Amino acid sequence: MTTAMPERVVSAEQRKRARSVGITYLVLAMVCFFVFTRRPGDAGFRITETSQFTLPAQGFGWALGIALVAVAAAQLLRGFGRLANVVLALATASFFMSFLAWAAAGDSFSFVGMLQDTVSRSVPITLGAIGGILSERSGVINISIEGMLLAAACTSAIGASLTNLWLGTLIGVLTGMALAAILAVMSIRYKVDQVIVGFAINFFALGITSFISFRVLVPNRDTMNSLLPVTPIRIPLLADIPFIGTIFFDQTIFVYFSFAAVALATWGLYRTKWGLRTRAIGEYPKAAGTLGVDVNKLRYRNLLLAGAVAGVGGAWWPIGIVGRFDQNITNGRGFIALAAVIFGRWHPVGALCGALVFALAEAVRLKIGNFDTGIPSEFLIMAPYVVTIIVVAGFIGASRAPKAAGQPYEDQ
Amino acid sequence: MNETLKSLRFTFLAVIAALFVSAFIIVITDIEALGDGNFGQAFNTLGTAYWGLFKGSFGSLRAISNTITGATPLLLAGLAVSSAFKAGLFNIGATGQMLAGAITGLWVGFAFQLPPIIHVPFALLAAAVGGALFGAIPGVLKARTGAHEVITTIMLNGIAGFTVLWLLKTELFKREGRDDAISKFVEDSARLPKLFWFMGKRIDLLAHTGFIVALLATFAFWWLLRKTTLGFEMQATGFNQEAARYAGMKTKSLMVVSMAIAGAFAGLAGGSEVLGLYGYASGTVAGDIGFDAIAVALLGRSTPIGTLVSALLFGALQAGGRQMQVDTDVPIDLIIVLRALIVMFIAAPLLVKAIFRVKGDAKAFGQTFRGWGG
Repeated sequence: MTTAMPERVVSAEQRKRARSVGITYLVLAMVCFFVFTRRPGDAGFRITETSQFTLPAQGFGWALGIALVAVAAAQLLRGFGRLANVVLALATASFFMSFLAWAAAGDSFSFVGMLQDTVSRSVPITLGAIGGILSERSGVINISIEGMLLAAACTSAIGASLTNLWLGTLIGVLTGMALAAILAVMSIRYKVDQVIVGFAINFFALGITSFISFRVLVPNRDTMNSLLPVTPIRIPLLADIPFIGTIFFDQTIFVYFSFAAVALATWGLYRTKWGLRTRAIGEYPKAAGTLGVDVNKLRYRNLLLAGAVAGVGGAWWPIGIVGRFDQNITNGRGFIALAAVIFGRWHPVGALCGALVFALAEAVRLKIGNFDTGIPSEFLIMAPYVVTIIVVAGFIGASRAPKAAGQPYEDQ
Repeated sequence: MNETLKSLRFTFLAVIAALFVSAFIIVITDIEALGDGNFGQAFNTLGTAYWGLFKGSFGSLRAISNTITGATPLLLAGLAVSSAFKAGLFNIGATGQMLAGAITGLWVGFAFQLPPIIHVPFALLAAAVGGALFGAIPGVLKARTGAHEVITTIMLNGIAGFTVLWLLKTELFKREGRDDAISKFVEDSARLPKLFWFMGKRIDLLAHTGFIVALLATFAFWWLLRKTTLGFEMQATGFNQEAARYAGMKTKSLMVVSMAIAGAFAGLAGGSEVLGLYGYASGTVAGDIGFDAIAVALLGRSTPIGTLVSALLFGALQAGGRQMQVDTDVPIDLIIVLRALIVMFIAAPLLVKAIFRVKGDAKAFGQTFRGWGG
C-alpha cells in the first residue's frame, strides 16, 4: 500500500465490542477479588522434574484484580488501539495463572505436564478441524468429523493390533477416506442434504463401532484390540530448551504431524493455485466453474483429503495414547472440532488455537479435579464451556462461513 | 401413481435397503460361526435377530407400549430440532433444554401439593418454561453478538449436564439417603397417568400420557407453521434472513422466539420423562435423546407429520432392538446403524432409485439447513 494510512475509522460495531471487552475486564477483576483471593497459601507450578516456581495465590489475585481494574478503565476511556489484542492476551493468560494459583493454593502440580498434555490432546481436535476446514472451504458442510474420528479410531486399533502401528494408522486413514467418500458421493453425486448425510455418517460410525466393539473386540480382546502406543520422539536440541522444549518437542509423531498439517493447510489454502481454486469453489462455484475449474472433481479430491487427515486424528486414540479402542472413545471431540472450525473462522491457525483452548480446558480439568477448592467440582468442570461461550459471544462474534457451503453444484 | 404413493414406495425401498445392509453386517461379524464355516448358523442368527426386532416393537401390547414410550421424548425433542430448523437455526442443544425442563418440571412436581387436574398441567408448563428459558439463551447470544448457535448449544449442553449433576446432590433435590445424583420422587398428583390405564394392573405397560402431550405439541407445531403469522415469519427468516428483514420482520427477535419455542418442546420432553416415565430425575434423564432427536428431525424433513412418523419409527427400532439383544448375541447398537442407514437411504432417493432400478422421477431432498449463515 502506497497511500497514506487514513484516519482510523471506528464503527459503532467496534465501539460496542470495545465496550464489552472493557466490561469483561471488570468482571474478571471481580472474580479475582471475590474468588481468587479466598484461599491462602502458595501454589507450586512444577516446570521440570525437580524445579518449580511458586505464586502466592492471594497476593497474585489482589495484584491482578487491581491491574485488571486499571486495564478496564483504560479500555473504557480511550482503548488500546493496536495493542488491544496484546493486552487481551496478557490479561487472559494472567487470569488463567491466577485461577491455577487459587486452585492449587497450598499445594503444587506439574505445570509443564499440564501444558504437554494440552498439546497432545489437541491433536484429534486439530486434525478433525483441518478435515472440516478442507471440506467446508470447498463448499461441503462437514458435520461428520465425529464419525470419521470414531471410525478411524476403531479400525486403526484393529489394524494396529493385527499388524503394526504404521499399517494401523494407514487403515485409519483409509477409513476416514471411505467415510469422506460416502459424504462426497452422497452430497455431490446424489445431491443429498449435506447435514443429513453428515449426521447419518456420525450415527453410522457410532453404531457400527459400538457394534464391532461389543460383538468382535470384546471376545477377542487380546488379539484384536491390544497394542503398544507410540512413544514420544525427542527432537534433538529443540527438546533441550527448558520448559518450551518439553511441551512442544518431546511429543509423539502425531503432534508433529498435526502442527505440520496446520502449516501445510495454511500455506496450501492461501499460497497455492490449489488453495485459490478450493476457496473459489467454496465461495462462488459458478464463477470458478466458468473459469474452467472442475468444481465437483476438486470437491471429491478435497473431501478425500479431509477424510485422510481426520483419519490420522482418529488413529491418535489407540495408536497415539490409549493403546486400544473403547466404545464411543471420541466422546464428542468431533463436535468440539466443528466448534473449533467456527471458532477459528475457517482458518487452520484459528482452528488450532481453538483446539488448544479446548484441549487446555480438558487438561486443566484432569489436574484441578484433584484439588479440593471448596467450590463444587461440577462448576470447575463446566468452566471451559462458559469461557467458550464468553469468548465466542464477546470477542469472536459472527464468523463468516464459506458462502457455498451446503449447496450442491450442478454443471451448466 | 400419485405423489404420496410414490414417496411411500421410496420410503419402503429405503427401509428394505437399510435392513439388507444391516443383515450383511450381522452376518460378516458373526466371526465364530463364519470361522467354522457354519453359514447356516450365521443366517439363523440373522433370522432370530430380525424376528426379535419385529416382535419387540409391534408383536404385543407390551411391545407397542414400549415403542410409544421410546417415541414420546424423541418426538418432543425432535420437534425442538425441527422447529429451530424451520427458522434456519441448528439446535444441537435439545439435550440441555431437556435437562432444564426436567429440573423445573421435577421441582413443581415435588414442591407443591395440588389436585392432579391442576398439578400435572402446572408441572408440564413449568417444564416447558424451563426449557424455553434455557433454549432462548443461544437465541439471545446469536441475536445480540452473532455467536453461532452450533457452538453455544454444544457448550450449553455441557453446562446443563454438570449443573444438573450438582443440583441433584443439593438438599433441595436430593433423595434421602442417597449420595449420587438422583432426585426425590415427584408427588403422585404430578405423575402423568398411564396411557393404558384401562388395562388394569399391568405394570409392564410403561407408556404414559406424555405421548398425548407429544401429539398435541405436534399439532401445535403444525398450527404454528400453517396458521400463524409468527410461524410464517419464522419460516421466512429461515428461508432467507436478509429478505425477511427487508420485508420488515424483526429477524433478531424471531431468532430468540424460535429458540424459546424449540426449548419449550425439548423442555416438555424432559418433563414428560420425569413426570411420566421415571417419577424422578437423574443425571442420565436426557441420555442420547437430544442427539437422536437431530436424526428424527432430519428424517422427518422438519415437518410436523414427518417428525411424528420418524419418532415412531425410531421408538419402534429402539424397543425392537432391546428384544433383539435378548434373543441373540446381536448388540442393540445395530439399531443405531440401522437408523443411520434409513436416514441416509431416505434422504437419497436418487441412490435408492439406482439400487433398485426403479423408473420414474426421484426428487432430491430440499435443504434442511441453509449453510452456516452469517
